[in-house]
Amino acid sequence: MRFEAVHKTPAARTEQIILFRSSNQIFAISSAAVQEVRSVDSLAGASAEIDEASVPKVRHLLKRGERSVYVVNAALHFGLRPSPAALIFLLRKTRVGLLIDGIEKMTTMTRLQALSPAFCHEERVWYRGLTVLDQNVIPVVNPQGFLSEQELLQLDAAAGALLETEAASVSEMGLTP
Amino acid sequence: MSWTGQLDARSCVLLRLGDRRFALAADQVSELVAPSRMFRFAHRTVEIDGVILRRGRVVPVCDVAEKLTGKRLTSRRYYLISKRRQEGTTDWIALPVSGDCELIQADLTAAGPSDSPHVAAWLSHAGEVIEVLNLGALTPGMEPVEGGAGRAPLPEAHA
Repeated sequence: MRFEAVHKTPAARTEQIILFRSSNQIFAISSAAVQEVRSVDSLAGASAEIDEASVPKVRHLLKRGERSVYVVNAALHFGLRPSPAALIFLLRKTRVGLLIDGIEKMTTMTRLQALSPAFCHEERVWYRGLTVLDQNVIPVVNPQGFLSEQELLQLDAAAGALLETEAASVSEMGLTP
Repeated sequence: MSWTGQLDARSCVLLRLGDRRFALAADQVSELVAPSRMFRFAHRTVEIDGVILRRGRVVPVCDVAEKLTGKRLTSRRYYLISKRRQEGTTDWIALPVSGDCELIQADLTAAGPSDSPHVAAWLSHAGEVIEVLNLGALTPGMEPVEGGAGRAPLPEAHA
């Protein structure tokens, strides 16, 4: 016996997201964009301070093999009041670590609404769009939007100078790095 | 319809901002709603106060009163949800208004070159001369479109 093909409503495309807090505001990020979640304490010995005046939202870098990963303070990036950060998201396919206050929860979104053209400044780079969860509007961040190419170049230059200074002081002390 | 045409009968919505009245072409108005919860998130477009949810759509709220009257609205009685069209797309924006709105039929007079960019036209109603607003010039994120008088043309009049 053959059954007629049943037309099903296609399942809504869902995306798993992490809701996180920064300066008392809630943001969402695709969980696929987050490679690791680390506590700030666990990276205390692994980071170096960096002081690039043109990119004040970055104060630390992490060496991951040959790559420098720059830690972006989410509150400063979004122009919010600085708040005590507890976690770092290491983002996939970028050289960004995102300093956040905490994770709210993991959930799924079924619809991402484009940002209205009325929003016409940096937020167009910051966000992929907006989603509605439990009658709340949550901005979904763009993982590529935390550091521009120009900022990465400036940070790379500052990091290079920092590493050279460190190497010189090690060699002056007669130590093998 | 030529934008430079002298007179043109149009449906318009009169809106109140503080003690002044303005008008919008009726086909740019989607609905008038009571204020609902406003959601705020980090952004840098200072003209936008936040967003509201309306029929599942996220609608930015833009208080145009300060630009038009020099004062922000102290009380928001309704949001006038307005449509903006650009390059074949439509988006919506909520304008807080401080009183009832009224649908009228009026003859419009085209704005002149010396008028402010936010003035699309003029109408006369109940002894008052009222600015018909050019939303594109008044709200953020719209490219100015050149019309006959250097302004965005109003949509076609409806019978």
